[in-house]
Amino acid sequence: MTTQTTTAPPPAAVGRSRAPRSGGSTLVRRRQRWGWLFVVPFLVVFALLLIFPLFYAFGMSLFTSTLATGTDFTGLANYGKAFTDPLFLEGMLRVLGFAVVMIPTQLLVALAAALVLDTLVSRLSKLSRLFIFVPYAIPGVIGALMWSFLYSPRFGPGATIFGAFGLPTPEFLAPDSIFGSLVNIVTWQWAGYYMVVIYAALRSIDPSIYEAARIDGANGWQTAIGIKVPMISSSMVMVVMFALIGTLQFFTEPVVLRSVAQGAIDAAYTPNMYAFSLAFSYSQFNYAAAIAFSLGALVFAGSFVFLFLTRKQSGLK
Amino acid sequence: MKSKLLAGAAVTAVAAVALTGCSGGEPEASCTNKIVNAEATQVSVWAWYPAFEEVVDLFNESHDDVQICWTNAGQGNDEYTKFSTAIEAGSGAPDVIMLESEVLSSFSIRDALVDLTEHGADEVAADYTEGAWKDVSSGDAVYAIPVDGGPMGMLYRQDILDQYGIAVPTTWDEFAAAAQALKDAGAPGVLADFPTNGRAYNQALFAQAGSVPFEYDNAKPTEIGIDVNDQGSKDVLAYWEGLVDGGLVATDDAFTADYNTKLVDGSYAIYVAAAWGPGYLGGLSDADADAVWKAAPVPQWDPANPVQINWGGSTFAVTSQSKNPEAAAVVAKEVFGTEEAWKIGIEEAALFPLWKPILDSDYFRDLEYPFFGGQQINKDVFLPAASGYTGFTFSPFQNYAYDQLTEQQFAMVQGEKDSATALDDLQASLEKYATEQGFTLK
Repeated sequence: MTTQTTTAPPPAAVGRSRAPRSGGSTLVRRRQRWGWLFVVPFLVVFALLLIFPLFYAFGMSLFTSTLATGTDFTGLANYGKAFTDPLFLEGMLRVLGFAVVMIPTQLLVALAAALVLDTLVSRLSKLSRLFIFVPYAIPGVIGALMWSFLYSPRFGPGATIFGAFGLPTPEFLAPDSIFGSLVNIVTWQWAGYYMVVIYAALRSIDPSIYEAARIDGANGWQTAIGIKVPMISSSMVMVVMFALIGTLQFFTEPVVLRSVAQGAIDAAYTPNMYAFSLAFSYSQFNYAAAIAFSLGALVFAGSFVFLFLTRKQSGLK
Repeated sequence: MKSKLLAGAAVTAVAAVALTGCSGGEPEASCTNKIVNAEATQVSVWAWYPAFEEVVDLFNESHDDVQICWTNAGQGNDEYTKFSTAIEAGSGAPDVIMLESEVLSSFSIRDALVDLTEHGADEVAADYTEGAWKDVSSGDAVYAIPVDGGPMGMLYRQDILDQYGIAVPTTWDEFAAAAQALKDAGAPGVLADFPTNGRAYNQALFAQAGSVPFEYDNAKPTEIGIDVNDQGSKDVLAYWEGLVDGGLVATDDAFTADYNTKLVDGSYAIYVAAAWGPGYLGGLSDADADAVWKAAPVPQWDPANPVQINWGGSTFAVTSQSKNPEAAAVVAKEVFGTEEAWKIGIEEAALFPLWKPILDSDYFRDLEYPFFGGQQINKDVFLPAASGYTGFTFSPFQNYAYDQLTEQQFAMVQGEKDSATALDDLQASLEKYATEQGFTLK
């Protein structure tokens, strides 16, 4: 009974929230003023640390600066260069390749773990939930550093494990295997986080629906695939969205692994790394700004297309 | 009510100012060391020498008018990245900065360094060898004061070579034969490593065969000569390609944890190193307890005409953001300008001095190194190597050039292209880059 009274808004509140439309009293105006005041600290930080740098970087990208001749205004020339720059385009293709492999892998692992945990009700399930989530609590750089040691032929367990079966030590950091090694790190790090998002969505499903399904004769597998998955599709869309943006901006893991595999991971391995090395290793800040903006535009376009295609599942339509 | 609103606004404004405070203006100096004389002019210094704090204390205790405020802003590229950002931002750089001589042109072309000829560089020029002074000069300008050098020698494991009955190689032909002999004997390790990311190390090997990769003079800052695919470089790289293809040397990346362990656990019998190499080895863990290290001169192509080479070496430069370049120049000139400072530098930081009063001293020549079983490595190896050094010209985009060299050498080691093609491709990519950066090619 008590829960019902708190969930329904008190009539007085409803009346007040309607007040502005019907003219507005001084009380409401004053409240709004206070509201703005509370928002101001955020707006200041937001403008200072996000909006201003964004405009500043865009301004920079319109100039061309070379080592020998100095800085000139060249308009959009840097963007023309970026979209014909093989290093940028190859990096873009590479992160798309990562997106194709990495996102489904993470999603499948997260979904499977969440579905299993959702069916189990024991102390063990709580513990496993925690363990699956733990990698996400480890800072990205530390995680990648840790893996760089695990992948090392000398310090890692690869030599011992494969050696026990008489196999040669795997070269996790060789050019052919670095892709898989990176996918593994990211999946390890993020699957737990996505699992928690999906799990939370699963918990919010009304159990009476499962009851109805059971009465209709659905078994566990059918309930999972036919009822649970469709009902959490909006969360899944969100998870894919996060993963997509994260993958297109792939940076931390390859940068850390580059210190142990310079040949396999070049300075322009991903577009973000390319922008970083342009700016901070080769001091081409203007062109780096253009690369960063081009990447931003592509990520924005990619996210937009994805949200448009999944508008039904995510409930945006 | 109104006063409350005003108070709220004031709080918000203060908060906003506090938040912006950290992003603008000169950052408060935070010194790692103690300032002895608080009244004196303070000069901020970035450097990563080992045991540098003692050198700083020594300077501060002996100077009443100038005090060093030292920060370790990272080693090599980590520091350069910060410096580069500070240059772009227009503030945040220290007064004096430790730079390897190979990056001096990269920063002087961005007007980030002060020409020290106006601040008494000539007074100390006589204290350094010609080669060392050439490294910090460009035309008439002097952009830094030399500190330590990297004349090259060959550090080897006497115990491993003895075990397989291999004589210490004095030429590169003998070196290749030794690598083959070690492999044929079924040794668990290899003779040496050929790191594709050796950067200055690879460059030094090419230079031994006469490679002069860059021609550059700050007096004509828009002109550059690039010649990285000369016959000498091609011969050297082809030589290593042969060793790599034969499985006679390793191709591990340098400066990784794996590499550091392999250096001291006997995986490589020979470490072709600079004078700072012994100090580097001494700082590594997991060393082989029975290791017997010795030093010998670097192998030669033509023993009748030995060519000495150099790998690394650092300097102190004064940045153009310095408010007091005069005081900064005093620091750059004098911090490593005493015998006491150099004794710390030599004995605790394993630096190779370029300052002649100590370089030419009996103390340094006769110094015995316990790591090498008491061998006088300076007299035997590094002093002769240093005396033959005539200086080197680096490009104003050296970091890019090294990254490209790494890529090409890696492709070669992977069997994607042969050594000659790798260097031709390197030449093409550097020429393209230089043109894009507005240089005219000589």
